[in-house]
Parts: sequence; structure tokens; C-alpha cells
Amino acid sequence: MTAAGIRVGSDTEEYSALLRRRHHTTTRIRSVLFHTFVLALTAVVLYPALWMLMSSLKPSADIVGNVSLWPANASLDNFVKALGGIGGVSFWTFFRNSMILATASVVGIVLSASVSAYAFARIEFAGRKVWFALMIGSLLLPIHVVIIPQYIIFNNVGLVNTFVPLLLGKFLAAEAFFVFLMVQFMRNLPRELDEAARIDGAGHVRIFTAIILPLMKPALVTSAIFAFIWSWNDFLGPLLYLKDPSLYSLPIALRLFVDQTSTSDYGALMAMSVLALIPVLLFFLVFQRYLVEGVATQGLKG
Amino acid sequence: MTLIAKTTGTGGRAIPPPSATRRRRRAAETRAGYAFLSPWLLGFFLLTAGPMLASLYLAFTKYNLFADPTWVGLGNFQLLLQDPRFLQSAKVTATYVLLGTPIKLIAALAVAMLLNNTHRGKGAYRSVFYAPSLIGASISIAIVWKAMFIDAGIVDQVGQFFGMSPGGWVGNPNMTMPMFILLTVWQFGAPMVIFLAGLKQVPAELYEAASVDGAGPIRKFLRITLPMLSPVLCFNLLLETIHAVQIFASAFIISGGTGGPAGSTLFYTLYLYMRGFVDFRMGYASAMAWVLVVVVGIITLLFFRSSKFWVHYSGEAK
Repeated sequence: MTAAGIRVGSDTEEYSALLRRRHHTTTRIRSVLFHTFVLALTAVVLYPALWMLMSSLKPSADIVGNVSLWPANASLDNFVKALGGIGGVSFWTFFRNSMILATASVVGIVLSASVSAYAFARIEFAGRKVWFALMIGSLLLPIHVVIIPQYIIFNNVGLVNTFVPLLLGKFLAAEAFFVFLMVQFMRNLPRELDEAARIDGAGHVRIFTAIILPLMKPALVTSAIFAFIWSWNDFLGPLLYLKDPSLYSLPIALRLFVDQTSTSDYGALMAMSVLALIPVLLFFLVFQRYLVEGVATQGLKG
Repeated sequence: MTLIAKTTGTGGRAIPPPSATRRRRRAAETRAGYAFLSPWLLGFFLLTAGPMLASLYLAFTKYNLFADPTWVGLGNFQLLLQDPRFLQSAKVTATYVLLGTPIKLIAALAVAMLLNNTHRGKGAYRSVFYAPSLIGASISIAIVWKAMFIDAGIVDQVGQFFGMSPGGWVGNPNMTMPMFILLTVWQFGAPMVIFLAGLKQVPAELYEAASVDGAGPIRKFLRITLPMLSPVLCFNLLLETIHAVQIFASAFIISGGTGGPAGSTLFYTLYLYMRGFVDFRMGYASAMAWVLVVVVGIITLLFFRSSKFWVHYSGEAK
């Protein structure tokens, strides 16, 4: 109202501007500290993978004990050697085997787990709760309790040294993780959709294929990526069932490579390690959002 | 009966009573349910339940894949208790789980809390930190890890720079365990992502109210963050424990399939594999597998039983 009142008003304005500036500076400092620390952590976390990548470009004598990432005399010699294969079997044979196994795993898991998950999530039937509990229980079961009898069975029917033992379980939804992931996803889809379709005379097959499956795309993509990567990295299964080097998947071939190459040939070993990881890294770069979100939602609903 | 009534009663003699319709519908639902469930059911009986029972039987026999199994009663279990390599494998795995899992989860929680703020770029950091979880169990990384930790390797070099000279960790029975623990801690990303999702669910009002009451960061962490996060913590702890018990590929590659030096990397599953698929003592290996199942079962049960004492479910308060 009076001159004094205006003075007080401009004072508080000045004061709050000062506060704002000070607040601004502290957030700036905090932000710089945060990024410095997290970037340092990123460097530490990425170092082993980068070291592998850069070492694969160095001559073997220059790898062990060389902390530096920069390849002084970079060459692709190691990759030429790694692509030459092992024991007369080409690298591309191993790559093809891994690709067949991973692709078939994806197809098998997406088909079998989505169909089974539909039964758990959308159909009311006698005994469902019991089966669901058993499915959850099998999530926690160590696989080692089943691998010995499984091996005996596959051995008796002459399927050792084929891809069948590695793929049968994928087509029979034996990896409960995927069934569980899809059940959780389906339960969040609105039930009204099914009911509307049902009133229009649609049966379960139609509801599943025409309504649920298209809506489930994110869960299917997440499952497909995990199915691919887990199959690609699987070691125990191929170690047990694949005896003939021409059937080896990459991890088993890599193990053979470790056993056969002298310890001094780290260059070729690093090159082959890099080659074996490339598909996984590509999947990560393209689909990282799906992967991280998949882990996050799975964890919360678990 | 109702089916006959329906097929013969063309003229609409009687609409079946509602209870019969419902019963028929329920039968149809059950048929559909089992039809859709059939892949999983087949897999469950053929690849899980059947083999579990078979291995329970084998655990009481002597079996080498070539001759018929012979019943030995509790013989395998008695041998287990006298087998120093079995006891060693149990010790190695227990050490790994009891040290590695808590360190990994503390790291995961610390980084998750750091990233749970308004700074830009946290999505990118989250992805980068998650990456090792995806490749950590691969053979490639096991090879890299071994190359980093061998004698005169880069870890040795860095150690010497700081005046410590432990030599190669791979060949030193006292250093192999820290090496494996570092490998699992490196994969803190997966539990971190789960923690981050949990932290997002903690209502901000709780922190604001605590600030008004003058609570410091430590008090806020102990009184708000930790209780609100306890269900996620419980989940992570159980998942990581069961995961850690089953470590195999990296142990196989780093020790060259031997569990050496001096049995310091003789993880449980590695020894099980050696007994079952190298020595073909499948009865003995089955007994080991069942001991593992029982231990994992007890751990799971303990988690669920104890969870009501330390896991805070906000739903209960309402």
C-alpha cells in the first residue's frame, strides 16, 4: 500500500531470487558429482568387455598384463585365425548350430509358453490352482535334479548327439520362467475384451489368437529375446548332449578352443570370445528397453 | 444326459435347467483348459516330475549307465558324508553364496538408490549397468576373467602398481574365491533394475513427511526405504541365492573342468557333473542332486516363513 510495503515486497523478491540461484548452484554441483561418480562406475563396469574387444585386435604377446585398451598395432589376424575354426570344423558351422538352436528355442518357447499361459490366466478349470502352484515350484527347482534321468532317457532312445534333447523342453514350456512372465502379462489385460468376444460367439481359440496374442506383443518380444540369449549362452546342455564337433554350439566350441590352443595364443581366444558374444550384444543394443523393462516388471510382480 | 436332451430335443421340448447349462459350460471350460495347458503338462510330466522321481530312485542305487541299477539303500548318502571332495564342494558353494550374494545385493541397492533421482541420463546408465548380467554367465566372459586374473595379468599388474603382489589369482587357492565373487558382483545390474522398480513405488510423501519431522538421510533409509523395499529385497535375495547355488559354466572354464587349484573352485554343480558324467556314477550324482533340492527347498521355506517378521507389506497396514 505504502512505499514501505513496496520495499518489503521487492526485498523478498530479491531474497527469493538469491535463494533460487543458490539452489540452482547446489543442484549443479550435485549433478556434476553424480555424473562424475556414475561415469567412473560405468568405466569400471565396461572395462572387462572393452578389454576383451580391444585385446582381440592386439598380437597375442601384447594381451596378458596389458592394462591399456588402445591396440598399438591393431590387426584382424586374430579374427582370421578364429574364423579358421577348430579341428577341421569351420567357425561358421558352430555359428550355424548356435543359430539353429537359438531360433528354434525362440519359436518353441513363444508358442508353448503363450498357449499354456493362456490356460493359466484366462480359463477357469478344475485343478488349475494345483498346476499353477506346481509351475511356480518348478521355477525354483535346481535343474541338476532332472538332468541325470533326462540324459538316461535320451541316451536310451538314441537321441544323444542330436539337437532334440536341447529343444524338446522349449516346445513343451518346460522353462517355467516364460510361462510365468506371460501369465503375469495376460492377467493385466482387460477381461472385458474376452467377454465381449465371447458374447459374439468366439471360442477360446479365437479369443487367444485374435485378441490376446496381438495384445501380448511386448511380453512375446521380451520372452523371445531372453529365449534367444539364454539358448545362445547355454553351456551345460550342449556339453552333455553334443559329442560330435560338427554339431557343437559356440560355447562348447569355445571350450574346445581353450583346451586345444596353447595358453600363449590369447589373441585368437579373445577374437573367438568376441565373435561368440556379437549376437547377444546386438540384441542388447537393439532391445535394451525390452530387456530392462522385462526384468523390472518380472521382479515387482514376482 | 444333457447332450442327448439337446441333440434329440429339436423342437425345444425343454431348455435344460440353468444348473445343467452351467455344468456343461464348466466341463467345456475344463476341456479347453487342459487342451491349452497340454504343452506344459506334457513337459512337466516328461521332463520335470518324471525325471525327479527317477532321480529319487537312482539316489538309492548304484548305476553307471551300462549295467542295471543296483539298490544300495542309503549307501550313497553315507558315502557323501565321508567324501572330502563332496564336503569341499558344499563348503566352496556355501562360501560363494554367503559372501557373493550379500555383496552383490548391497552394490545393487547402492547403485539403484544413486540412480533413483531426477538427473538426466539415468536410463542409459541403467542399461549399461544391466549389460554384464546378460553376458556374465557366458563362456566368453569366463575366458576374459581368467585372462585378467592369471599370473602377470592385468589385475596382477594393477596390484603391483599399488604395492600389492598377490601374483595370479587363478592359481592361488586363497584368491580364487574373491575372483568368483568379483565376477558375480560385476553382474549387479539385474537386481539393481529390480530395486529401481521397487524404489519408484515408494511414495514421495513419506520422505517429505520425514523431512518435516527432521529425519536425516540415514534415518530415512532405515525407517522408510528399507521397510518399503523389503518385499523386493526378499525376492532378490531368494532369486540370487538359488541362482548362485547353481553356478557352473564359469567355474568349469576357469578351472578347466577340474575344480582346482586345491579344490578351491570345486563348486557343487561342478562336482555333481564330474561324478555323473565323467565318472558315470549316476546314483551318487543323483543323491547329490537330491541333497541340493532339499537344501534349496529348506532355504525357500525359511524365506517364506521368516518373511512375515522382516518383510513389510504395506497392504496389511490398511
